[in-house]
Formats: sequence, structure tokens, C-alpha cells
Amino acid sequence: MMEWIKTTIVPHFNFWIYVVIMMLGLWAAIGKNNLIKKLIGLSIFQTAILLLYVSMGVKEGASIPIVDETMGEAAVDFMAQGGGAAGATAFPINPDLFANPLPHVLMLTAIVVGVATLGVALALCQVIFRDFGTLEEPEILNQIQTIQDDV
Amino acid sequence: MSEHLPVIVVLAPLFGAVIVGFFGTRDRHLCFPIALTALALSFVCSIGVVHHVATVGAWDYFVGGWESPHGVGIQLRADGVNSLLLLAIAVVALLALVYSIRQDGEKDAEKSPFFYVLFLLLCVGLFGITITGDAFNVYVLIEITALTSYGLVAIGSSRRSRVAAFQYLVIGTVGASFYLIGVGYLYLAVGSLNMADIRTILAANPEIANSRIIGTALVFILLGVWTKMGLFPLHGWLPNAYSYCPSGSANLMAPLVTKVSVYVMIRILFGVFGLGVITENPGWSDLVVLIAVGSIVAGSVMALTQREIKKMLCCLIVAEVGYMVGGTWLGDAGRWGLTGSMYHILADAMMTSCLFLAAGVFAKQFGATRLEHLSGLFRRSPWAAGAFTLGGLAMIGVPPMCGFFSKFYLIRGAIDSGHWLYIVALLGSSLVNAILFFRIFEIAYFGEVPESSESSEGGCPTRGRHAAWRTAPLLVAAALTLLLGIFNRPVIDLIRGTVVENIDIVSMQE
Repeated sequence: MMEWIKTTIVPHFNFWIYVVIMMLGLWAAIGKNNLIKKLIGLSIFQTAILLLYVSMGVKEGASIPIVDETMGEAAVDFMAQGGGAAGATAFPINPDLFANPLPHVLMLTAIVVGVATLGVALALCQVIFRDFGTLEEPEILNQIQTIQDDV
Repeated sequence: MSEHLPVIVVLAPLFGAVIVGFFGTRDRHLCFPIALTALALSFVCSIGVVHHVATVGAWDYFVGGWESPHGVGIQLRADGVNSLLLLAIAVVALLALVYSIRQDGEKDAEKSPFFYVLFLLLCVGLFGITITGDAFNVYVLIEITALTSYGLVAIGSSRRSRVAAFQYLVIGTVGASFYLIGVGYLYLAVGSLNMADIRTILAANPEIANSRIIGTALVFILLGVWTKMGLFPLHGWLPNAYSYCPSGSANLMAPLVTKVSVYVMIRILFGVFGLGVITENPGWSDLVVLIAVGSIVAGSVMALTQREIKKMLCCLIVAEVGYMVGGTWLGDAGRWGLTGSMYHILADAMMTSCLFLAAGVFAKQFGATRLEHLSGLFRRSPWAAGAFTLGGLAMIGVPPMCGFFSKFYLIRGAIDSGHWLYIVALLGSSLVNAILFFRIFEIAYFGEVPESSESSEGGCPTRGRHAAWRTAPLLVAAALTLLLGIFNRPVIDLIRGTVVENIDIVSMQE
């Protein structure tokens, strides 16, 4: 059992945790009755995915992916002009030394999307509270059934 | 200029939205002309893209000139599959825009500047999803589409629209997040986000392509897009969201958002994982076709129980989504099922657009939201009723209309691959459509004109003057469903060109 934990869970700790957090969030988003609690669950769910992506790019002992003077002036100049496929052969870079920046950059976009979603959702909650006087889903659904067809 | 057409299609409505946001809020009369200009520009550019694809071939465009070796540039790709969808989006959006032209004296929320901003941003999302060649880019654009849809649903005057928008938001966000997880696994396995790049890597490395992580990625992506397209049993949000939103929004969202999600599924299967996924895993593809059959049956049965026009049409969308998903997963050797699905995306966009525009006209002019309100409609508004009839006939699949040809190709694919249950469901659903629409035609043609119909429109004194603005797009949409059917040959040829060409590439690589 301990052996299994050591070989399966410990090296991929982030990925296990991400699944647990994601499921917690999904459960709250689906199972909770209060709309705000649903939103909290939804945010947790989205944030867990950020953890997945961030974990992908991280390497042990790796640094931020910036080409600096230690690699020589020529490499810096070359990268300043846009780099390119030729640069990889002219200036070999040891990828183990640098974290993968792409997943992290992607998550900046995903964070913005998450914030925007939360903003829209909170605005909707505000309007729903004004219209129905409650944020409990069963009560709202009860009230809706009494509305005449006003489409 | 002309070499930048693919990106202008997306950018025109984006800048249009910004300009409407700046100037439209000061002078409301500017909203409509700006939005119209932006969409007309997109329309012209998408015609240019279609022309280029038809004469020269697939078009790869790199935004900002960042070409592939970096692996981080965003690629736009237009080919026989998506260039026509771009055109369809532009046409449906233009029709919906003309329908929603702001009329003096009207105080509807759907005519505010914010409506136009959301409308244009939704078009940006739809165009972007269709033309992008980057898997992560699709996620961002799906979320742009989704966020603007929530706004367009909630903008309605009904209290129910807000609750429908909230439910849509929760389910839609979970769906998009599933897609994001799938792309994450794909990136973990392959290390690229460019669709063509991933396809090349997967084709060259069968051990990666058959690994469990790629399977997981596919399942997550499919769950995500199925939620977004409202495939049964993930359709819960769809009927409420599309029937309680204002008709100006429904005219844009109902025909396009689900169809574009279907396109994403086709693009992911076709351009990323490869169609081998379908043909090499018959057990899985049978299961998906079975789910699609469930969607067709469920959508048809739900539609039969509805008495509200828009709700009924929304249930039909669920059934139509089943057609397209099933057709994609048939896996017949000639790829007729896939061809039928792609053609049906276009056909269904036109048919649904026509029917929803008609439902909007009925609701606005006669206050008719339920089937029984439609009695005597042919005498009250012959043009609108005639256009609705054309749309209904297309939905049933009567020969010269576009709905017939998509069903023809879908059934051909199903016969080739031996999915008999799918054929039964398809024909059964056509029969249900016939019952539904002929019931409406009967009420509308033979029903008495209600006595109170004229007096009940006290709130709409300007309708005579502006009715033409609402009916014109409806007539155009009805004509297009007919024309798309009659001239289906060049459309099918263009689609086949891409599909068949890809058959050769895939078989050479594998």
C-alpha cells in the first residue's frame, strides 16, 4: 500500500489534488441550492483546472524562461530579433533549466475568463434577487411555476 | 488587403462592438448602422474566403505573421468545411440584425446599445470558433460566445429569462471547462496546441495516438462540446434559455450556437484526433450513435408535448443536434454521414433561422406564442405564414428543400455503415416533424381569425410601418432554405473536396 502511494500518488501529487478539488467544486455547483454557493463551487471547479495547467509547466529546479547574459550576448541578440527555428540549433538551450511558459500564459487567459464568468454570474444573481427576493433555487422555481406565460 | 480576409471576418464585428460601445451609448440611432456595417464587412470577407477556398483550396493564415516553428502563433484555417459555415453565420447574423432594427418609440431592452454590443461580440465568438486552427483558442472563443449568450438571454423582459440565463451559465461553464481539461491532457501528451501540428504528431506516433491520455482528452472534449450543443441528456439548459430570451437574441443564438458547437466536434475529430478514432473503435462509435438516436427520439417526443411555439422549436433543435452527432460518428467508408452532417449544419442554420424569425414575427405582431394563437394566420399575414411553411417543410425534409438533402446523405451513410436504428430514428423524427408542422399549418390555414386579434395589439401602433422590417429577413431566410436545397450540388462538392482529400492523407499516413 505504502509502495503504491509512493510510486503513484506522491510523484503526481498535483494531479491527484486537482481531481479532488475539481470534484468538490463540481459537486457544489450541481448539488447546492443557494445560487451564490453554486458560484463558489463553479469558481473552485475552474480554479482546479488552472492547477492542472500550472502543474504541467513546472519542473524541479527550473527557472523562469528568460534568456539572459549567461548564455552569451549573441543568444540575447538573436532572441531579441524574434528567435526562430534556426536559433534552437545555433544556441542550444537545455530545456530542463526552464519552466514551460506556455501553459502558464494560457492560464492567464483562463483566469480572465473565470473572472468574467463570475462577474456575469454575480450580476445575474443580483437581478434574480431583485426579481424574486431570494437566492434559494427551490423557492425561485416555486415562484416561477406561478408566473403566467409572459414571454 | 485581400490576403488578410480570414482575420477581417473576425475583427470587423469586434471593432464594431467597441465602436457601438463608444458611440452607440451617446446616440442610439448609430447602433444599427455601425453593427450593420461591421457584419456586412464580415459577410463580404467570408464570400471572399469561400471563393478562395473554392478556386484555390484551403487557406492557412497566421495572425501577426507568427508562423508554425514557434508553435505559439495563432493559425486561422479556412477549408471546404468551415468557409461555408462562416458565410452561413454572416447571413444568419445579418438577418437577425435586420429583424432587430430599433424602432422609434419602442422601449424594449433588446433594442439598447448593449444589445448590439453583445450581438456583435457573439458574432466574433462564432466566427472565431469556426475559423481558428488552434485548440486553446477555441476554448477562449467558446467562452466569449457563452458569456455574450448569457447576457443576451438575461436581457429579456421576462423574470424567467434571468433564471434561465443563470442555469445556462452554470452548465455552460462546466461544459467549457471540460473542453479545457481535454485540451490540457492533449497538450500534456503532444506538446502543441496547433490543430494541424497535433494531427501530424498523432499520425506520426501511433503509440501516443493510442495511449490512454489521448483517449481521456477525447472524452473530456466530447463531453464539453456535447454540453455546449445540448445533446440529450445534456440538453437541460437549452429549451428554457432559447425560449425565454427576447426574439432578437433567439434569432441569432438558436440557429448558430449549437451548430457551431457541432462544428467544433467535427473539427476536433477530423483535424485533431483523426477520423480513425471513429472507424477503429466501432464499439465507441456505436455507443455515440446510440446517444444520438436517444437525442433524436427525446427531442421529438418533447416537441410533441409542447404547446408553445418557441419551446417546440427548441426541442426540435435537440433532435437536430442528434442528427448531426450521429451522422458524424457513423464511420461509413465513403464519409457520406460526415458530409451529411456538415451539410446539415448549414441547412439547419438556415431552417432554424427561418422558423425562429417567423416565431418572432408571430409573437411581435399577433402576440401569438402558443399553437392555438395561430389560428387564421394565413389570412392575417400570408407572407410570414408562407415563409414559416417553407421552413417547416424544410424541417420535415420535403424534396426541393435543404432538409431533404441532408437527410438523404445522412441515411446513405447510415445504410453504408449498417446503423439501422439511426435510420429508424431519423425517419421517425421526420414523421414527428410532419405531425408537428402540419398541425400548425392546419390551425393557421383553416382556423378562424380571432375576433379580438385587432384590438389586442393596442401596444403596437407602429406595427404596420415596421412590419416589413421584420418580415423581410424572414422571407430571405425562407428563400435561402429553398435555394440551399436546389443548389446543394456545389455545396456538397466543396465539402466533399475537403473530406475526400483528407481520406487520402489519412490513409497515406496510417
